Amino acid sequence: MTFLFDLLASTFRNATPLVYGTTGETITERSGVLNLGIEGTMYAGAFAGFAVAWQTGDPLLGLLAAVVVGLLAGAVMALLTVTLGANQHVAGLGLTIALVGLSEFSNRLLLSGSQAPRITPMPLWDPLAGFGDIGHVAQQYGLTYVAFLLVVPAAWWLLDRTPIGLSIRAVGEDPEAADAAGIRVARVRYFALMLGSALMAVGGAFLTLAVLGTFTLDIIAGRGWVCVALVIFGRWRIGRGVLGALLFSFVYSLGLRLQIMDGWQGVPPEIMLALPYLAVIAALAISGRNVAYPGAYLKPYRRS
Amino acid sequence: MNRQALAGLQSPVGVAVVALITVLGVTGAAIVVAGADPLAAWYQFLVAPLTSQFRLLEVLVASTPLLLCGLSVAIAFRAGYWNIGAEGQLLLGAIAAGGLGQVLTDVPPILAVPVMIGGGALAGAAWAFVPALLRVRLGIDEVVTTLLLNPVALLFVKALVQGPWRDPMGITESPPIAASAHFPRLLEGSRLHLGFVLGIVGIVIAWYVLTRTATGLRVRAVGLAPGAARFAGIPVERTLLRVALVSGAIAGIAGVSEVAGLQYRLTAGLSPGYGYSGIVVAMLGGLTMPGVLLAGLLLGDLTIGSSIAERTLSVPSQMGEVIQGMLLLAMVAVLATRAWRSRRAAIDEPPPAGPSPADGSRASPTDRPGEPPPIAAEGVG
Repeated sequence: MTFLFDLLASTFRNATPLVYGTTGETITERSGVLNLGIEGTMYAGAFAGFAVAWQTGDPLLGLLAAVVVGLLAGAVMALLTVTLGANQHVAGLGLTIALVGLSEFSNRLLLSGSQAPRITPMPLWDPLAGFGDIGHVAQQYGLTYVAFLLVVPAAWWLLDRTPIGLSIRAVGEDPEAADAAGIRVARVRYFALMLGSALMAVGGAFLTLAVLGTFTLDIIAGRGWVCVALVIFGRWRIGRGVLGALLFSFVYSLGLRLQIMDGWQGVPPEIMLALPYLAVIAALAISGRNVAYPGAYLKPYRRS
Repeated sequence: MNRQALAGLQSPVGVAVVALITVLGVTGAAIVVAGADPLAAWYQFLVAPLTSQFRLLEVLVASTPLLLCGLSVAIAFRAGYWNIGAEGQLLLGAIAAGGLGQVLTDVPPILAVPVMIGGGALAGAAWAFVPALLRVRLGIDEVVTTLLLNPVALLFVKALVQGPWRDPMGITESPPIAASAHFPRLLEGSRLHLGFVLGIVGIVIAWYVLTRTATGLRVRAVGLAPGAARFAGIPVERTLLRVALVSGAIAGIAGVSEVAGLQYRLTAGLSPGYGYSGIVVAMLGGLTMPGVLLAGLLLGDLTIGSSIAERTLSVPSQMGEVIQGMLLLAMVAVLATRAWRSRRAAIDEPPPAGPSPADGSRASPTDRPGEPPPIAAEGVG
């Protein structure tokens, strides 16, 4: 039983960055913009969060820095794809290359050859201490609680139950009609991109500020691309996307645990790490047929 | 945004100027933070690599994987197939080369080298096959699947060099490949190897096929207007599948070229993101073959330049990556305003009968929701 509860605890922990990323990407895509800058935005959030927390000694300031970096990344993406109407695939990939490059450049300047410093990671919350194995599952970082109990419900409520969410969905489905109805298309898309990118950056910062307490190269390792896939898997619904993140994280956590069990040691650990990526592709192949993309997906809008 | 600012952003020249200033501003600020003079640094990035024969040849060595990956990406993008997986396909080619190179010990080079190239091409094409099949059969977005396979390919490389192929002498490297499987060097005293010739030959062949043959016309038609191409009787799915396989094969050859031409073994750090740089090369080159050639050489120049700048000015060599990303963003911004301009012109002056040639995306029903508008400027090639 301990194995199972360990696995559950690990699943929620490893799903956290994906939940932030998938929620953020869902919000931007519902407004009609595919943001492939997500990988770089998560990377920059991870680096900026760590760097500021290390310099100031305060992880919360690090978190704030990640949010600011995310807002900026979202604004740049919006400038390119909303104001200029640039190709969203290429703009996003360019943003990712630039942000990864800037993070690694700054990392070299900041550390200048010295060993990667460590910060005191954010503390674990332990609300059910003394409840045995169940209590162990509840032992999570604060950002995990925020993700599941605050960000996910709030994002769902925002998208499905508020006028702002209606505007986001309207400009993502039919910008002409939204414009005719008096919605400011560009402004709504800027808002969606900046909010979504801030969430992505926090997802990256979770890895440096909470789990690892340090910054390593290639720390995101394709998690941003996983989020883009999970949005399609979730058919642009927050809840289904989170479910996908939990499934990915379950396979990932299971692989990590099987490595240290008898009978599995012959399997290279890297194969276990590759499994969840392949599982996402398989899930897309099974459930991704004939999905209804947002009506204005990839289409810039201009009044003519 | 007020109308005047918007008008300024509608002019391609205006945007090009703003984009260039932004690239120079952002990189210049980073260089100043690194404690160097931007002008001196830019001299090191662009000019210093061209100042001696040795450095010039190193530029060509650095250009080799960039030319091959740029070619791979450009071919796919011209057909409207978003292969973002060149990085993974390159790594699979490198795995094939690392494996074949270990067994081709008693084979003469005249046989071993073609086997290496063929094996790498097959491995790259195989890695590209699954996303392509999912795309044409089930309509699964190839952007996501090709991207997801990149970290998987890197994990496979790591599994091999830390597991079965682990060199007892090295830490995370395969044993060296047989000397007979090495790519021949082109010049005495230089590392320039056969891979560069493969890149140039590939670009020339692709230029000929794309601009002078019926196959090339079909590929371009599928990329510009898939619906119209289907209406004209072009087998769109089969064309996409073949383009994807060719694109993967070329990226696989890039991996062979790095293993058999330079490293002589499989290493986990084989590619610093050549597959992604290939996207920069393809886009900077306007998806044309002469453009890919120039952009590949320019990025090779920048690669050598950024390592020179690191040695002489202590500017971290990661600046090269920053410049690549910024150049790609600048390029896509300029292209967007060009397309916008031609579209506006088409709207302002009613077009003659038939769809406007300036706008392939409106001229045809798209194949699937979210089909992106073609990015290649019309009339190029």
